[in-house]
Amino acid sequence: MEALDVGILTEWLTRAAQRFGAEQAHLCDLDAAIGDGDHGANLARGFAAVATKMAGAETASGLFKMVGMTLIGTVGGASGPLYGTLFIEMGKEAANHATLDQSAWAQVLAAGLAGVMARGKARPGDKTMIDALAPAVKAMTGAADLSTALASAAAAARLGAAETIPLIAHKGRASYLGDRAVGHQDPGATSLAMLLAVLAELVG
Amino acid sequence: MKKLINDPSQVVGEALEGMALAHPGLIRVHRTPDFIMRADGPVRGKVALVSGGGSGHEPMHGGFVGRGMLDAACPGAIFTSPTPDQMLEATKAVDGGVGVLHIVKNYTGDVLNFEMAADLAKEEQINVKAVVTDDDVAVQDSLYTAGRRGVGGTVLAEKICGAAAETGADLDAVTQLCRDVNASVRSMGIALSACTVPHAGKPSFSLGEDEIEFGIGIHGEPGRNRMKHERADQLTEMLMEPIMRDLPFKRGDHALLFVNGMGGTPLIELYVVFRKAASIAAQHGITISRSLVGSYITSLEMAGTSISLLRLDDRMVRYWDAPVVTPALRWGA
Repeated sequence: MEALDVGILTEWLTRAAQRFGAEQAHLCDLDAAIGDGDHGANLARGFAAVATKMAGAETASGLFKMVGMTLIGTVGGASGPLYGTLFIEMGKEAANHATLDQSAWAQVLAAGLAGVMARGKARPGDKTMIDALAPAVKAMTGAADLSTALASAAAAARLGAAETIPLIAHKGRASYLGDRAVGHQDPGATSLAMLLAVLAELVG
Repeated sequence: MKKLINDPSQVVGEALEGMALAHPGLIRVHRTPDFIMRADGPVRGKVALVSGGGSGHEPMHGGFVGRGMLDAACPGAIFTSPTPDQMLEATKAVDGGVGVLHIVKNYTGDVLNFEMAADLAKEEQINVKAVVTDDDVAVQDSLYTAGRRGVGGTVLAEKICGAAAETGADLDAVTQLCRDVNASVRSMGIALSACTVPHAGKPSFSLGEDEIEFGIGIHGEPGRNRMKHERADQLTEMLMEPIMRDLPFKRGDHALLFVNGMGGTPLIELYVVFRKAASIAAQHGITISRSLVGSYITSLEMAGTSISLLRLDDRMVRYWDAPVVTPALRWGA
């Protein structure tokens, strides 16, 4: 596959909704350890709403903007604005590209990362979704082709999520725990890695 | 865990319907998006106050909607921030033409969602200001965390600012008053037991028979450290000490002492705490000239308490005493 089209992206988000539904309890457990235990339920609710609205999307840009607005309106918590901003900014960048080939997708993902960082004011190492997303964006460059790039991004995100385990959180509710957040994997980084894994599995 | 619920996913909505039926003269409930507004709103020419947050803290915030307090409250899912569309619609519904103040507790989700809502409201030409409350002294290190949390002081700010708005203060004045109240109040809480979010079905943390969680917030999140349970007087001392040291409160100050229940602690125990807290304040030369005792900002059925101490000025006293007519607070009318 040379490029991602709106059909593939719709399939990605449909499968993501299924994955978040299946992983709901797992994500809630991760969140209960260092937060309030609702991350899985909130994401499952948001992506389930997304899944009902995707029919008829004509462009990747339009699709992502709809996804972003739907997540903002249904997820709640901090994840709603953060995941919503991710897709809205990805949608804005996608509008600049006629086809979403490897290079364009890297720029789309980078725009999403920049948006999330601006909205949440978190940086790498703060024990947030950024710790999965930033390495994924970096891993996109230099890959041989699109499917390799997506696989590299997913692997980097998974590793990045695992590397949040020894970190002290500096943002969000987990930041109130101080040292007690150490030893727990960040739920936001975990869900972000799942999202990218679903895309890599679909295209790979 | 036994709960009086039908379906975990319907708890918030069914409670809203119950509130609407219980208090038809005071509030109106709007569904999809969900918000509670005062029955006689919007009030033309009056600054409107909008707050909101996750559900599970009842009566905050919906129980504080009514004359002399909030114009609207946006309930999120349990322990989850409401969304910008709720806040935007609530803001538009209660705007009396002279601006809207958003009172936001400092939790990442609430702050991000209210920021997005304020951006959307400004695009619709509504003059919106926001004050973020952060009175929780349990958070010591604001540099490397999301900052101090908004807890009990928020209730006091909503009452005092609501009275100011009711008596004609403009948006700048109400906003400044809210900042002043927030700057003058400090709070600290403990949990004796955890609580169970309905859709999670199990407690958010577990405490041994002889353990308490010190420095909790209001979402069932673990506090800063866990310690042995003590007698009420010792626990009250441990809560009061960091509160008084932080502002700091000084000899000669007049203060409002708010002893809050977390949802599962009976009033009789809150008065035992109040007794000791008032005596500690007196030892330090602080006059407790106003008080509030009861479960007003809760964490579902969690047992525990939080203490808030607000240094009063004459203006705050006047607005505290002013009439308030809401489902949860009602006096002077």
